[in-house]
Amino acid sequence: MLNWISQVVALTGFNLRTIPQRMGSAFASMVGIAGVVAVFVAVLSIGHGISRTMRQTGSADVALVLRAGADSEMTSILVRDDVKLIGEAPGVARADGVALVSPELFVVINLPKRSTGTDANVPFRGVEKPVLGVRSNVKIVDGRMFEWGKNEVIVGRGALIEFTGLERGKTIKIGQNEWTIAGVFESNGGLEESEIWTDAAVLQPAYHRGSSYQAALVRLASAGSYDEFKDALTTDPRLNVKVQRMTEYYAEQSRTLHLLITVLGTLVAGLMGLGALFGALNTMYTAVAGRAREIATLKALGFRSSPVVISIITESLLLATIGGTVGALLAWAAFDGYRAATLNWQSFSQVTFAFDVNTRLLVEGIVCSLLIGVIGGLFPAIRAARLPVSVALREG
Amino acid sequence: MSNDTLVRLGGVEKTFRRGSEEIHVLHELSLEIPNGEFLALMGPSGSGKSTLLNLIAGLDKPTRGTIEIGGERIDQMAGRALAGWRARHVGLVFQFYNLLPVLSAEKNVELPLLLTSLSNAERKRHVANALEIVGLSHRAKHTPRTLSGGEQQRVGIARAIVSDSTLVLADEPTGDLDRKTGDGILDLLQALNREHGKTIVMVTHDAHAAKRSNRVLYLLDGQLSTELAA
Ligand SMILES: Nc1ncnc2c1ncn2[C@@H]1O[C@H](COP(=O)(O)OP(=O)(O)O)[C@@H](O)[C@H]1O
Ligand SMILES: [Mg+2]
Repeated sequence: MLNWISQVVALTGFNLRTIPQRMGSAFASMVGIAGVVAVFVAVLSIGHGISRTMRQTGSADVALVLRAGADSEMTSILVRDDVKLIGEAPGVARADGVALVSPELFVVINLPKRSTGTDANVPFRGVEKPVLGVRSNVKIVDGRMFEWGKNEVIVGRGALIEFTGLERGKTIKIGQNEWTIAGVFESNGGLEESEIWTDAAVLQPAYHRGSSYQAALVRLASAGSYDEFKDALTTDPRLNVKVQRMTEYYAEQSRTLHLLITVLGTLVAGLMGLGALFGALNTMYTAVAGRAREIATLKALGFRSSPVVISIITESLLLATIGGTVGALLAWAAFDGYRAATLNWQSFSQVTFAFDVNTRLLVEGIVCSLLIGVIGGLFPAIRAARLPVSVALREG
Repeated sequence: MSNDTLVRLGGVEKTFRRGSEEIHVLHELSLEIPNGEFLALMGPSGSGKSTLLNLIAGLDKPTRGTIEIGGERIDQMAGRALAGWRARHVGLVFQFYNLLPVLSAEKNVELPLLLTSLSNAERKRHVANALEIVGLSHRAKHTPRTLSGGEQQRVGIARAIVSDSTLVLADEPTGDLDRKTGDGILDLLQALNREHGKTIVMVTHDAHAAKRSNRVLYLLDGQLSTELAA
C-alpha cells in the first residue's frame, strides 16, 4: 500500500514536471475552467442577490393586506374605510396611540435609464405618515423627507443609481405635475430602494385615485400576533381582504425570477462547462498521447496501471482546481456587491439589487471545476492504462 | 543442467490479430537460456524478434505454450503480479533508450528503485554504483537532452541493472548508434555479462554486434535455428 502511494506520488511528480513543455494546452484548459466557474458564480449570484433584496424587504412581524383575490399590489384595491377597520384589528402595533398601518398606493412611471437612455418603469409609491414605523428600515441618507401635502418626493438609492435625473434638488415632470426631489433613502438593500415615494394624499388626485389605496402594510405587536390579526380580518364580514406575512409575499414575488435566473444561469454555465470539459479532456488526451512511450516505459519497468491512472487524474484535478479557484475569485472580485437592475415580473417595474457572491456559491463553483477535472482526467487515464505496453513501445 | 537454466520456453505460439487477419509470428518455439549466457537473437525485420523478447520480459503473453524464468511460470501470472516480477527480475534496454526527458540521468536510473522498499540513502548508493559501472558518474545531473546517444544508452543500461536483476533484455541496443559508439555499448554489455554475471538476451540485426555474444540464434518463420537458412 505504501509502495502504491509512493508510486502515485512519484508518477504525479513526473506528470507535473512535463507541464512546462505543454504549457499552452494546460493553460488553455485552466482558462476555460476559470471562465466556466466565473460565469457560474456570477450568474447564480444574481439569483442570490435578488433573493436577498426580497428578504431584506420582508419582515416577519409585518403583514400585507390586499383585496381578496388579488395576487399582487398591482391588482389590489382598498378604500379608506378598509384601512380604518384594519387599524382597529387586534394584534396591530401602535406608536403614540396611532395604529402602525401604512396604506399605500402605487403607480408606475417611466424614466430614462442611465445605462441605455431608454425609458423603463419605476414604481412611484404614495405613502402616509405611519409608513416609517412600518417600513422601519427606510432611512433618509441624503437631504430630507418630503414635506407632507406638497409635490415632493424621496428616491431610493437603487433608483438614483439606475435612472437619470433623480439627484436631490432636481424635479421630475410626470404628466401635468412636477415633483421636487427632497432626499434620497436606503432600506438595507431592500426592494424600496428601487422606488420613488411621495405623500399618498398628493398622489391620489394626481392619478385620479380618489381616496383609494392598493395595499396596507401592518406592523404587528409581535410576529406571534399574526394569526390573531389574520383571523380577525378574514372573518370580519365588512372586509373582503387577504392577509399575508410580508416575508411570504416577497418570497412568492421573487420565486419566478429566482427560478428563471437559476435555470438560465445553470443552463449557460452547464453549456460552458461542457465546453470546458472537452477542453480538459483534450488537454489530458494530448498529454497522454504525447507521453504514451513514457507511460509504457514506466509500466515496462514495473509501475502499475492504477498509479498511472490516479496520477493523470490528479494532474487534471490540480489544473482544474487552479482554474476553478481563479474563476471563482475573479467572479467574487468583479461582481460581489455589483449593483444591477432587473424587471420585477409582478409589477413590471425595475428592481435594483446587488450581486451576492457568497461562500456557498464559491464552494459550489470550485466543486464544479473539480468535477470537470476528474472527468477530464478519467477517460484519458483509462486509455493510458489500457494501452498494452508492448504496443505502446512499438508505436511510441 | 536444468538448475542452470534461467529461461525456458516450451511450445510457444504467438498470434496477433489484425482485423480479420491472423498473423502467426512464433510457432512451436522452444528455447533454453542458461544462467550467465550472452545470447544474440538475429533475423530479418518483422520476423518476431521483439515479440519474443517481449514475451521473455513478461510484457506480453504467449497465445500458447509455457514461459518459465528462474523457476516461475510468468505466462500464468496476472498483470499486477507480472509488473512486480518485472521490477525485480528483468532489466530492459531499448533501442531508443526511453528515458524520461524531464528527469536527470540519476533520477532516470533511480526509477526502478522507487518500486522497492529501499531507503533514500540505499537508492542513492545503488544509483551511483550503476552509473559508475556504465562510466557515467560525471553525467549524473544531466538531463537526457544534454547527453549524446551513446551516453543516453548507458543511462538506459544503468537503469536496467540498478535493481540488480540477473536477466538483461536488450532490443537492438546499438540500432540507433554509429559503429564506434555502438562498439562501446557492446563492450559494456560484454563486461556486464563477464564481470557482473548478467544473463543477456540481445536482439540485433547486425552480425558484427552478434559476434560479441556466446551464442547466436536466428529467428525465421516463427522458429529458432542456430544457422541462417541458406
Ligand atoms: N501488437 C501487435 N499487433 C499486431 N501485429 C503485431 C504486433 N506486434 C508485432 N506484430 C507483428 O508481428 C510481426 C513481428 O514483429 P516484431 O516482433 O516487432 O518483429 P522484429 O522485432 O523481428 O522486427 C510483424 O509482422 C509485426 O507487424
Ligand atoms: Mg524489433
